[in-house]
Amino acid sequence: MATVFKKTPLLTDAVLHYCPGCGHGIVHRLVAECLEELGIGDKAVAVVPVGCSVFAYRYFNVDSQEAAHGRAPAVATGIKRVHPENVVFTYQGDGDLASIGTAEIVHAAHRGEKITTIFINNAIYGMTGGQMAPTTLVGQKTTTSPYGRDKDWCGSPIRMAEMLATIDGSAYIERVAVNNTKNIVRAKAAIKKAFQTQIEGKGFSLIEVLSNCPTNWGLSPAESMEWLEQNMIPYYPLGVKKDTTKED
Amino acid sequence: MAKEFMKGCEAIAEAAIQAGCHYFFGYPITPQTEVPEYMAAKLPKIGGCFLQAESEVAAINMVYGAAGAGARVMTSSSSPGVSLKLEGISYLAGAELPAVIVNMMRGGPGLGSIQASQGDYFQTTKGGGHGDYHVIALAPSTVQEAIDLMQDAFDLADMYRTPTMLLADGTIGQMMEPVEFKPREKRTDLPAKDWATTGWGPNSNRPRAVVNSLYIETEELQEMNDRLQARYRMIEEKETRVELYNVEDAEVILCAYGTVARICKSAVALAAKQGVKVGLVRPITIWPFPKKAVHDTIAQDSVKTVITIEISAGQMVEDVRLAVNGEKEVQFFGKPGSYCPTAEEICEKIMEMRRA
Ligand SMILES: Cc1ncc(C[n+]2csc(CCOP(=O)(O)OP(=O)(O)O)c2C)c(N)n1
Ligand code: SF4
Ligand SMILES: [Mg+2]
Repeated sequence: MATVFKKTPLLTDAVLHYCPGCGHGIVHRLVAECLEELGIGDKAVAVVPVGCSVFAYRYFNVDSQEAAHGRAPAVATGIKRVHPENVVFTYQGDGDLASIGTAEIVHAAHRGEKITTIFINNAIYGMTGGQMAPTTLVGQKTTTSPYGRDKDWCGSPIRMAEMLATIDGSAYIERVAVNNTKNIVRAKAAIKKAFQTQIEGKGFSLIEVLSNCPTNWGLSPAESMEWLEQNMIPYYPLGVKKDTTKED
Repeated sequence: MAKEFMKGCEAIAEAAIQAGCHYFFGYPITPQTEVPEYMAAKLPKIGGCFLQAESEVAAINMVYGAAGAGARVMTSSSSPGVSLKLEGISYLAGAELPAVIVNMMRGGPGLGSIQASQGDYFQTTKGGGHGDYHVIALAPSTVQEAIDLMQDAFDLADMYRTPTMLLADGTIGQMMEPVEFKPREKRTDLPAKDWATTGWGPNSNRPRAVVNSLYIETEELQEMNDRLQARYRMIEEKETRVELYNVEDAEVILCAYGTVARICKSAVALAAKQGVKVGLVRPITIWPFPKKAVHDTIAQDSVKTVITIEISAGQMVEDVRLAVNGEKEVQFFGKPGSYCPTAEEICEKIMEMRRA
């Protein structure tokens, strides 16, 4: 019998703990497939965050370090500075990267740290049970914005990809989504490009992935993908925000 | 090697480099900024890495990453900066990573002062960060000793896979003294770092490396904690260090560490001129605390008066009292903030407390 599909060996056989329909699983697969296709599995070091993907070291079949909440870019910096030949990536949620870890991500970009960040923006704190994130949309109800996010009280959601693109050290920044097949295919190409940017030593690369949290959004997986399309993409426009890889 | 005249901070940095530490991540703060400055000048020339982090929080997490990648690595700071590092130190302990942290203590709390202090004894020895952990804490009382201990610190960290701290007061960092860098044999008994994340594939001759302090199952977390505690007991047994100075048949015993202990030695001489036999117990490791030596010295029949002296409101004195366990009264002399007593003052205090 011909094999038509095979799980990449860069994902372990451990059973994912994510909720059914959660985008984390999709992004894990995309990242692992990119590592395999680029032939860098034995050079890769994953730095995983505090958030729903806290167990990602069980899934990525590469050497891994677990970082404190928000500190993954600093940990990745330490690793990369010791072993510049490694391909070091962080995998971080929006609470992790856009709230508690803003200093670390901004300065990793600022130094032009030759690491890759996969940033999962699901507009909520998934792991702790659905609290407001800096990325939560105005009017969006969460357990800590039960009447909907109030812009005058909490500010407007933060657009990390655009912000980080303003920093000179950023070499490749793109926002993608994983809500339908077409977008997933694009997301994979973006992730691959980000790793290539690192391999070529061009600077900091980050892919912001708009993802879902059906559990804490209170929607079915299918509805959540639709909600992402209707609400998140208009506020968080997809596309390349920065690309200096072709320069010089 | 010939003696050199060197400032404490620079001597400590040079000692670290000679101990094979080629990675430094830090943030400026007085009175330790000469450590990063020295590293910034030297490390690039020997193929090492100096990086000025955006904060002490980032610095200690860079240390975590580098330690997890198998490097000999350090950071250095002073009290307010060390407060920020505590989260990272707890993670280093939990992930069983070797790293060296220098704390050149200054006066507190808050922004405090930039003068020497010993106000971080509790923070250092009683955990500081969250969870049941300890750091090995070495407390030099001269610049020469800071050099020697700095070299030991990396070996201890590697040996026990634990964060290790050099706890000095600001005076040590700022003082210039003639020092000597004695050539050292490289220890060959240190465990291999086969747990480091250096890149792994199915053909690697080690298991996939995961540097981690998360143990979500109660039993597994218990196991990790039991492992740490067993290691701490071994460190207590093998690595406790103390200097006993003039203690035999002493009538008065002083307990002090760091610069204060050095001043106490002058006070011992002053008291001798007045016919009073004073001895000094100086913990070199403040964790593990030399409980037995402190107890046994003070338990001598000759000892009538015990005084712990610190630049603090009285922190180490609690450990001295625990060691003495009520067998004798332990008095305290010292001031919080950054007031360092002179030998004359200490001698006066001895006479006063002795009479009391
Ligand atoms: C210092 C610290 N503060 C708070 C927490 C609790 N905490 C764990 S995960 C999390 C939020 C994670 O949200 P996000 O990064 O968006 O990841 P998601 O779960 O949505 O993927 C928080 C606040 C923690 N572990 N450490
Ligand atoms: S809580 Fe949300 S983000 Fe977390 S696994 Fe479930 S669906 Fe995914
Ligand atoms: Mg989130």
